[in-house]
Amino acid sequence: MRRTGPHETAGKATRLVLTAGCLLAVDASFAGATDTRRPPIAIVGDAIPAPLTDTPGDPARGRAIVADRTRGLCLLCHAGPIPEERFQGDLGPDLSGAGSRHTAGQLRLRLVDGRALNPDTIMPSYHRVDPSPRVGAAWRGKPVLEAQEIEDVVAYLATLRDDTREGPAR
Amino acid sequence: MRRLAAAALGAFASLAAVADEIPQAERRSGFDAMSAETRAMQVDDTANPGLLWVQDGADLWTRAPASGRPACAGCHGEAATLRGVAARYPAFDEASGAAIDLQGRINHCRREHQGDPPYGHESRELLALSAYLGFQSRGLPIAPPRDPRLDPARAQGAALFRERIGQLGLSCAACHDDNHGRRLGAATIPQGHPTGYPLYRLEWQGLGSVQRRLRNCMTGMRAEPFAYGSAEFVALERYLMDRAAPLPIETPAVRP
Ligand code: HEC
Ligand code: HEC
Repeated sequence: MRRTGPHETAGKATRLVLTAGCLLAVDASFAGATDTRRPPIAIVGDAIPAPLTDTPGDPARGRAIVADRTRGLCLLCHAGPIPEERFQGDLGPDLSGAGSRHTAGQLRLRLVDGRALNPDTIMPSYHRVDPSPRVGAAWRGKPVLEAQEIEDVVAYLATLRDDTREGPAR
Repeated sequence: MRRLAAAALGAFASLAAVADEIPQAERRSGFDAMSAETRAMQVDDTANPGLLWVQDGADLWTRAPASGRPACAGCHGEAATLRGVAARYPAFDEASGAAIDLQGRINHCRREHQGDPPYGHESRELLALSAYLGFQSRGLPIAPPRDPRLDPARAQGAALFRERIGQLGLSCAACHDDNHGRRLGAATIPQGHPTGYPLYRLEWQGLGSVQRRLRNCMTGMRAEPFAYGSAEFVALERYLMDRAAPLPIETPAVRP
């Protein structure tokens, strides 16, 4: 499997935006794209700069989502600075320091649809209704995480600085 | 706009990497990654709970069905004459013109030759008889038949193995070809070889078929599992056995 970071594949994401058909396609498949009250989710370069909701993300709620193996599922694949959760996975990079390596906008795109950055990634696209067949009845037509949950997780990840083990950025 | 979307998504799918199959010399059973205690439990026949089902299977093998027609042993004789069968199944079934797995074959015999209703999937009887038959091949290398009539099932199984499915958009290959040996939460991802089925899983507190295992994996992918006995599952089983050869049969294995 190819393992590329967002920065190496930034060119791909830019092409997505520049190619009209693709931009529309990506937009149409995002969860809540039919919600006409909000502007469509726009990818700029390797990021989604604008928050998906008007309510700022809550890092504490975000941490709870990341720690929850049946909601965020994150710790199945990633380790992170959440010491009370044992048995963390190692399919993806350690989430410690994710907020130092990425802007909030980059984290948002990585969560909403990491496949826009790396089409081969195994990380699920959390806020794009997956086009894959055979979605289980309980999950059909739904994104893995709702827009506000994405904002909460982004807010939490942004607190994970290289210079802190746990807690908000200094 | 919808059509554009569909076309673009098609392009996305075709970009997905074609997973590399594990070379024969690097194939490893899930057995190798287990704790010493669980391995000891599997190899010691007095400790392996699967042997209870094997014993039940031996009884069923010689017991005449309610219809009064012959028992399995009445047609096949000693079960030892079926050594090697579990190592080559799924096989091509002339009657249906399709691939059939061992459980399907047992139920076929029951219907056609014993005039009794087929056993339910995951029933004690079906698990016992398939454990008994698998046990006859214990230690033999998996030996896929060369029969070209199985090619459609092989191709379908290989395609299903690589297809992204479910809400999480994962494929079997994403875990078992590309990430075996890594940790998914508490579990070490095995290469995913069906060497030991039906097997005793500590988590199940009982014996289960390979299809039960596959349904567990599919539920984890938030996908709608294939139905027990479906052509899709038989095709996946055929592909998984090709992909596992020449690892030895371990039935009844023990897994965490
Ligand atoms: C099925 C596996 C899987 C799951 C579940 C998963 N990820 Fe990932 N994630 C990966 C992989 C693999 C990468 C490496 C980059 C790639 O493949 O594109 C990654 C990359 C990332 C990155 C970029 C890391 C860096 O330092 O560059 C972040 C941030 C991230 N994931 C956060 C999350 C969060 C938060 C969740 C849960 C809401 C999550 N991931 C769930 C597999 C997963
Ligand atoms: C997200 C990861 C993941 C995906 C996707 C996945 N599996 Fe698995 N699979 C596992 C894990 C982990 C185990 C071992 C479970 C345990 O022992 O606790 C396993 C076990 C198995 C086994 C049993 C191996 C043994 O030694 O008995 C088989 C066979 C298998 N998987 C096949 C498949 C097939 C076929 C698919 C697709 C339909 C699939 N898996 C999808 C993670 C996955």
